[in-house]
Amino acid sequence: MDEILDYPELRAAACPFAPPPGYAELRERAAVTRVRMWDGSTPFLVTGYHEARTVLGDSRFSADGTHKAMPRFVKFEVPAETFNLGRMDDPEHARIRRMLTAHFTIRRTEAMRPMVQEIVDDLLDRLIAEGPPADLVADFAFPLPSRVIGELLGVSGPGFAEFQRISKGVMDFTASAEEMGAALGGMVDYVTGLCAAKRDDPGDDVLSRLIVDQELTGELTPQQVVATALVLLLAGHETTANMIALSTVLLLRHPDQLARLRADPGLMANAVEELLRYITIVQEGTGRVAIEDVEVGGVLIPAGEGVIINLPSANWDAHFADAHELDVSRANAREHVAFGFGVHQCLGQTLARVELQIALETLLRRLPALRLDVPFGELPFLYESMNYGVARVPVTW
Amino acid sequence: MKVSVEEDKCCGAGHCVLAAPEVFDQREADGIVILLDPSPPLALRDKVAEASFLCPAAAIMVED
Repeated sequence: MDEILDYPELRAAACPFAPPPGYAELRERAAVTRVRMWDGSTPFLVTGYHEARTVLGDSRFSADGTHKAMPRFVKFEVPAETFNLGRMDDPEHARIRRMLTAHFTIRRTEAMRPMVQEIVDDLLDRLIAEGPPADLVADFAFPLPSRVIGELLGVSGPGFAEFQRISKGVMDFTASAEEMGAALGGMVDYVTGLCAAKRDDPGDDVLSRLIVDQELTGELTPQQVVATALVLLLAGHETTANMIALSTVLLLRHPDQLARLRADPGLMANAVEELLRYITIVQEGTGRVAIEDVEVGGVLIPAGEGVIINLPSANWDAHFADAHELDVSRANAREHVAFGFGVHQCLGQTLARVELQIALETLLRRLPALRLDVPFGELPFLYESMNYGVARVPVTW
Repeated sequence: MKVSVEEDKCCGAGHCVLAAPEVFDQREADGIVILLDPSPPLALRDKVAEASFLCPAAAIMVED
C-alpha cells in the first residue's frame, strides 16, 4: 500500500489560482483515497468531480458536526453555539433550512439587486473620490458583503460600526488559532445580543422575521436562532469578499477574457460561474462521515469513517474540458461544485452570485484602467486559510 | 417529455428556476419547487435536463 499523504496539500505559489498540484495526479490515479490530517486522523479524500457529487448527494454520508470521525479542519475548539444547519442531518436540517430558503429564492434575491448596486456604487464613488492607489480588499471586496449582511440582519446606524469591528476579528488572517476561537466567541456574544434587541424591537429584516415567525412560535429555540444568524453572518462574508478580490486579480491576469467581458457584459453571469469553478475558495474541503458502508469510485468507505471532499480538485476534473483554462463562456461552467452539492449546498449562493455579478460588472465599467499596483508575485495569497483569499490587493487606475 | 419533482427532497437551491424558468418556479413561503409544466415542449429538453443535472437534491425526474 502507498504511503498515506498528508492533508491538506497547499496551492503552489507558482500557480496560485490552481488547486494543489498533487491532486491532479491523485484524481487520475485514486480519486478516493486515505489521507492523514494534522490531528492524526486518516479520513478518505475525494478529489474527482463525479465522486464528489456522489458523496455529497448521498444521505448515507452524514454532515453531523458532533460525530467523532468528522474531519476537523480548524485547530481550535469551535463554540457549540456556532453548530448550525450545515452541520446537521435531515429531517432537522431540512426543517430549519426551509425556514431560510424563503429569504433566498431567486425572486427575493433578484429583488435585492438595487440594494447591492447602491452599495457597490457608493463604495466605488468613495474609491474614485479618494483617487488611486487603493486596496481592493479593504476598500471594496470586504465592505460590500459586510453591508449586504448588515441589511439582512437589520444592523444599521451606530450598531453597524460595532458589527464591522466584530466581523473583522473573525476575518483576521494573521490571528492564531486561540485568537480566532476567542473572536468567534465574541461573535456569538454579539449575535446573542443582537437577537435580544430584535426580540424587543423587530424590524423587517431576515433576523426579525426568524424571531417573529419561528422563535416566538416555538419552531426554533433562541439558540437555534443565534446559530442561524451566525450562519448568515459568517458564511456569506469572507467567502464573497475573497471571491471578489481573487476574481478581479484572475481577470487582470487574463486580459483576453477581461476584454471579452468588457465587450459583452451579457457574459457576466456565466463568467461568475467560471470564476467560482476556477478559484473554488472553499479549499480545505467539506467533511462527511459514512453511516453505512458505501462504495465510491471503486473504493469501499466503511461505516464510521470520515470523508473529505476537496472541491477545488473536483472543479478541475476532466468533466470540465481543459479545466486549467479560464473561459468566461465555458458551456458547462455552472455545473461546478464550488457551493458544494447535495441538500447542504450553499443556502446563500443566489445572493453570492448577485453580489459577484454586480461587483465585477460595475468595477470593470467604472475603472476601465484598473491594474495591480504591485508585481503579481508580491500579492499575499492566503495559502493556509480554510477559505482561500488574498490579504491585500493594491490597485491603481 | 415528462417531468416530475419530489418536493420532499427539494432544498430550494433554485437552479431549476435559473435553468428552465418556463418549467419551474419556487414557492414564496419556503422556496420549494413548483412544477409549472409537467409536459414541456421538446424545445426545452436541454434546459430541463440541465435543471435535473444541477439539482443538488436529485429532486427532478425527466422521462422522454
